Amino acid sequence: MSVIAPNFKLSEFIKSLIDDIVWTVLIMSLIGIPAIMMILFYVPMPVIDGELLTPFLAFTYLADPSRTLPIVQAFMTTDMFKIMAFPGFGFAALLAAGTIFVERKMLAKLQLRVGPFYCGKVEGILQLMGDGLKLISKEIIIPAKADKPIFWAAPVLFVASAAAFVALIPVAPGWVVADVDMGLLAVFAVIGFFPIVTILSAWSANSKFPFIGGIRALFQMVSFEIPLILSLLGVVMVTGTLNLSEIAASQSSFPWILFLPVGAIVFFITMLAELERIPFDLPEAESEIVAGWLTELSGMMYGLVQLGTYLKLYAFAALFVVLFLGGWNGPMVVPPFPMEIVTEGIELGPVTAKIAGLPLFDQEMLNGTFWFILKTVGVIFFILLPRGVFPRIRVDMLLNLGWHKLIGLAFVNIFIALGLVYAGVLGPGGLQ
Amino acid sequence: MTNELPPGLAIQKVDERIMTLNVGPQHPGSGHMRIIVQIDGDYIVACDPDPGYVHRGEEKMAEYRNYITNIPHLERPVIHDSCNVLYPYVLGVEELLGIEVPERAKYVRVICSELNRCIYIMYWLAIYGIFLGHSTMFMWPAGDRELLIDLMEKISGARVTHAHFVPGGVRNDLPPNFEEVCLRQVNYFEKRIKEYAAVFYDNPILISRTENTGVLSREDAIRLGTTGSVLRASGVDYDLRIKEPYDVYEELDVHSPVMKEGDSYARSKIPWLDMLESCNIIKQALQKMPKSGSVRVKLKPNPKGKGLDSVYKRVESGRGSLGCHIVSDGKVEPYRLKLSVGSFRNLIALPYLLKGEKLGNMPSVYWSLNYWPVEADR
Repeated sequence: MSVIAPNFKLSEFIKSLIDDIVWTVLIMSLIGIPAIMMILFYVPMPVIDGELLTPFLAFTYLADPSRTLPIVQAFMTTDMFKIMAFPGFGFAALLAAGTIFVERKMLAKLQLRVGPFYCGKVEGILQLMGDGLKLISKEIIIPAKADKPIFWAAPVLFVASAAAFVALIPVAPGWVVADVDMGLLAVFAVIGFFPIVTILSAWSANSKFPFIGGIRALFQMVSFEIPLILSLLGVVMVTGTLNLSEIAASQSSFPWILFLPVGAIVFFITMLAELERIPFDLPEAESEIVAGWLTELSGMMYGLVQLGTYLKLYAFAALFVVLFLGGWNGPMVVPPFPMEIVTEGIELGPVTAKIAGLPLFDQEMLNGTFWFILKTVGVIFFILLPRGVFPRIRVDMLLNLGWHKLIGLAFVNIFIALGLVYAGVLGPGGLQ
Repeated sequence: MTNELPPGLAIQKVDERIMTLNVGPQHPGSGHMRIIVQIDGDYIVACDPDPGYVHRGEEKMAEYRNYITNIPHLERPVIHDSCNVLYPYVLGVEELLGIEVPERAKYVRVICSELNRCIYIMYWLAIYGIFLGHSTMFMWPAGDRELLIDLMEKISGARVTHAHFVPGGVRNDLPPNFEEVCLRQVNYFEKRIKEYAAVFYDNPILISRTENTGVLSREDAIRLGTTGSVLRASGVDYDLRIKEPYDVYEELDVHSPVMKEGDSYARSKIPWLDMLESCNIIKQALQKMPKSGSVRVKLKPNPKGKGLDSVYKRVESGRGSLGCHIVSDGKVEPYRLKLSVGSFRNLIALPYLLKGEKLGNMPSVYWSLNYWPVEADR
């Protein structure tokens, strides 16, 4: 298979790697370590547990879990960890990357194809990394007449808006980046940013096809935002709160989709339109307007918009789970942590080690995260599925659907919720 | 010196609301041509198709080659439908040279022609599907096409450009055991394309998108000179296989599909019904074909026409009537060769159909015309 570059030889590649390692070790040991020691000579070392922290002691800390784990645990309670790693950007980006791969593979199976196959040995799991590398290494071409500062800023703003959306999603009890009381209102505010960013990007490119695509995106997002907001009002009425964590916690015995199915359906359809997914991908309809508002974006600018799109997809699916499917609530499937490891220690050959700082995550959190991810992936699957089944619809049909049918259905949902509250079946705080 | 220009060259004053879009040739939805579309908001106010980007001079090339060496390059305009493109030329040369074709060769030609029609329509259907944003309808026909391509490869040795029809019959006899293989593949193919109805033709979104868009009335269809599936979608029952049967079509039971609506949906459904009919014809031809016999009359090297003579033959191709006019002056090459193709005749309807439509309807109307840019440019 001549898939790799023609002049590639494995032996030379390994040789170059060994060369690099040897040179790095040589330079480090001859220049780096003496330099570090000279610096350390002048720096006063802190005293920990009555011992002076020498470099040897620092290495011991790294190898000793009972000393490292409390540090890790302390780091995990910081906002930095929440924003970067777990309920925030890193977790969402990982799920988004998984979504892209699953989408490509699933669509391929649906269409009697193979899909990504060669990259990464096993069913092409590294295809996404390859695509990312390609996008990074591509030249970014800016149209000569574009409004350059805005054109550069738009993809970054898009990712930033999507990340702000992700920050509002509660994944497990207590695990949310921004636990605000006006959570749902903040979601509406963040969703309101996307059409602005889109039209900024489209208009600043100063080109015809992006302009038409941007106008279409504006029409679509603005006209679907109203049924989107109205469809979620039912949930707010029966729970009596706008805090997303409290809405999720209120569904400990049953999800709201059982009582408000109309609202869930309206929200799902508007969600597809907000995400510009088939059958509502008019702003990117390639047979009419090339790639819509993405036409002039190239290289990593396009990659950023794609990243933002999939982050948005994850956030919408997660919002659906939180509002209608019960969020993190689910039967307890995670086994309890064996506490005797902490109290009695583990026997490691001749010594018995007592590890402080365990468990890193409690049982509730692991269970909540498990159910949350399971439900989110399920919703994402149903968001991806129409791409293999439906053609694209036309802009007048889209607006007709948004303004005539979905708003009406959203009001029907509000009346159902009102009925439930006044009849005393449901009320703020859950089942009464 | 006056500033007045002739009427055709005068600069048109354009309303500021109107935007001119160049759809093509480097546009994913145009094919090898350009459509200059003027839009007011979302409505198309004028449309000017501009073909000619893939003109290859096939007709002039034919004047420098003899009757046999013309075969491989004359099928190039539509390589997916190469047997049908070559058919009128071969029929014309046979009449010019006065050759009688063996019965078995005629049946083999009909089978090849119908197989090629299906191969072409599957390719067209794949493009039509992807331009409506239906990616499954792009992959399925592109995959199921392989069934028939395999059959053609068994017959002629080549996957797309077969060069199988020659004056006096076909190049080679069918391979042994071909009848059973063909019947099996065609039956499976028929079963597969019937499944397309569920995912594509009965899809409510597709129907709502293509119904009542780009309506071509029966009178307009006749007046504009459209042909093939476009004409039959407007309610005109005109199929050359029935009206002017060539080779053995009169011995076969051919029912050409006709629809009355004349909209984009009817135009896209007629080719699919055509494929089902083609499967029927292939099965009939396989039954009635003589089981043995010659398939080719041996010709002299460099056959010549008999003095000043001309002949016009036409067949029903995947895109409608396809005619070939050959003028001979008694030499080994034709004096003049003219192809009259269905694609070009259907394209004429495009400005009339798109005027007043929404921009979102452009791909569905344009590709429903069953237009093949390379064939139109020759």
